[in-house]
Amino acid sequence: MNALRRTVYFTGIVALCAWVLVPIYFIALGAFGGRIGVFRWPKSILPTDTSLAAMQLFLQVEGVGQAMVNSIIAACITMALSIALGAPAGYALARFTFPGQNAYRLLILLTRAFPLAILALPLTVAFIRIGLYDTAFGVALIHTALALPFAALVSASLFQAIPRELEEAAWVFGCTRLQAFLKVVLPLALPGIAATAIFAFVISWNEVFAASVLTVRNRTLTAYLLTVLAESPLHFRFAGGFLLIVPSIVFIFAVRKYLFAMWGIANR
Amino acid sequence: MTTVRSRLLPYLLLAPSVAFLAALFLVPLIQTITLSFSEDGVPSLANYTRMVSDLNFGLAVRNTFLLVLTVVPIQIVMALAMAMMLQKLPRGRDVVLWIWTIPLGISDLAAGLVWLAILQDRGYLNSALYGLGLIDGPTAWLTYETPVALFFGVLVAEVWRATAIVLVILFAGLQLIPKEYKEAAEVFGARPWTTFVRITLPLLKPSLQTALILRTVLAFEVFAVVYAIGGTNFPVLVGEAYNWQRNYQNTGVAAAYAMLIVAISLGATVVFLWALRTKPEQQA
Repeated sequence: MNALRRTVYFTGIVALCAWVLVPIYFIALGAFGGRIGVFRWPKSILPTDTSLAAMQLFLQVEGVGQAMVNSIIAACITMALSIALGAPAGYALARFTFPGQNAYRLLILLTRAFPLAILALPLTVAFIRIGLYDTAFGVALIHTALALPFAALVSASLFQAIPRELEEAAWVFGCTRLQAFLKVVLPLALPGIAATAIFAFVISWNEVFAASVLTVRNRTLTAYLLTVLAESPLHFRFAGGFLLIVPSIVFIFAVRKYLFAMWGIANR
Repeated sequence: MTTVRSRLLPYLLLAPSVAFLAALFLVPLIQTITLSFSEDGVPSLANYTRMVSDLNFGLAVRNTFLLVLTVVPIQIVMALAMAMMLQKLPRGRDVVLWIWTIPLGISDLAAGLVWLAILQDRGYLNSALYGLGLIDGPTAWLTYETPVALFFGVLVAEVWRATAIVLVILFAGLQLIPKEYKEAAEVFGARPWTTFVRITLPLLKPSLQTALILRTVLAFEVFAVVYAIGGTNFPVLVGEAYNWQRNYQNTGVAAAYAMLIVAISLGATVVFLWALRTKPEQQA
C-alpha cells in the first residue's frame, strides 16, 4: 500500500471504531449527567456535568431495582435451560448419524425464519391459565425458545471439533459412554459452552417484545423501560439505556474468542 | 441390548429440545394462526379487515419496508467493507474486532436510547450543528412533523446496532475461502477489485445468504429502536402488534399483524434461499 492509501485505510479503521464507541460515550454522559446535563445547551463533549448521584437517583426509582433482578433471573433461567436442552442435542448431531437428523436441523433452521418473540402473543392466555403469566420464568421460557436453536447448533460445532478418537480411547480404557463424555469431552467443550451460555444470557437480557407482552408487574428491565418510556424524563431514559448496555459490553469482551465459532461457522 | 440403546440415544438426546420447541414455537404458531382467523371462536377474517382498515396500517407497512430495504443493503455493504479492512489489518485485529462487535450485545431498546441522546432537541447532533452555525438553537427532529429526519434517525440507529452481526458472519465466511484462489488470481494479474468481484463475492455467497436471511427477518421485527427514538410518531408493523395487544387489548388483530410479519419473513427467506443458492460444483 502506498502512503495515501495507508492513511485512508487507517483513518477508516479509526473512524469506524469511533462510530461504535462515541455514541456509547454520549449516552454515558447522558446517564451520569442528570437533569442539568440533559438540558445543557449547547452540549459539551467533555464530562463536565457528570456525577454518580444522577445514576444513584435512577437506581432508587421505584421498580428499577426489581426490574433488574427480574431481568437477571430470566436471563439465568434462559441460560441454564438453553444449555440443558441444546447441548445434548448438539452432541447427538455431532456424534451420531441417524434417520431424522436432517428433519431436526430443518426444525432448528426453520425457527430462524419466524419472528419467535412475536409469536409469544397468544401465549398470554395459556400462561395466565397455568400461572406463568407475569413471572420471570414465563419470560425465560420464550427467551429459551429464542436461544435454544442457537445453543444446539453452536454446541454441535463445538463437539464436532473434538476428535472422536479421544472419546473412543476412553471407552477402550473402560470408561462408560457417560464417563467418557464427562471426563474427556466435557472439559474440552466447556469454554465454548460457557460462551454459548453467556450469549443466551445476552439474548434474554436484551429481548423487549415478549418480555413486555408477558409481564405486568414483574417486568424485566427492558419491559420496564419500554412502558415508562413515554412518561419518564430524558436523563432517566439515558440511565436505563446505559444500564442495559454495560453487561453487553462486558459479555462480548468475555466471549470474543468464540464469536466466530458461534455466529460464523455454526450459522452456515 | 447395547445396539438398541445406542440407536435410541440420539433420539433421547434430541427429545427434550424437540418437545420444548414444539411447545413454545409450533404451538404458539398454530395458536397465532387460529387466533388471527377467528372472532369469538368463529372462523372469520374480521381481524384482518380491521387491521387493514386501521389508519396506521398503510403507514406501518410503508415505514417497515422502507426501513428494511434501506437498512439491510447498507449493512451488507458496510459489513463487507469492514470485513475486508479487518483481513488486511497487520496488528491489533482482536481489539478492532472487539470494538466493532460491541453492538452485537446491545439491545434494540438501548440502541434507540443511545441515538435519542444524540438526536434529541438539545442533543449532541444539534450542538454540533449549532457550533457550525447551521441552526440557531435546539431543534426538534424526531416529531411527526419531521418524518424524513425521524426516518433517518431510526435508520442510523439500526445500522449502528445491527451491522456487527453481519460483519461477524461475513468475516467468518472470508476466513473459509482458501488463499490459493486469490493467489492464483494475482498470478494472472487480476486487480484487487476484480479479485473481489470475481473470486471473493461468489465464494462468499453462502455467508451472504445467511447474513441476509438473519438480518432481514430481524429487520422486519424492528420495534424498540423506533419506539425509543420516535415514540408512536413512526408506526411500524411490530409496534402496531404491540399497540393492539397492550393498549387496545385486542389479541386477534395483534395476531393478524404477527401473521403478516410471519408471511413477510418466510417470503424473504425463500427469496434469499432461491436467489443465492449455491450449486454443488461451486462450493468452496
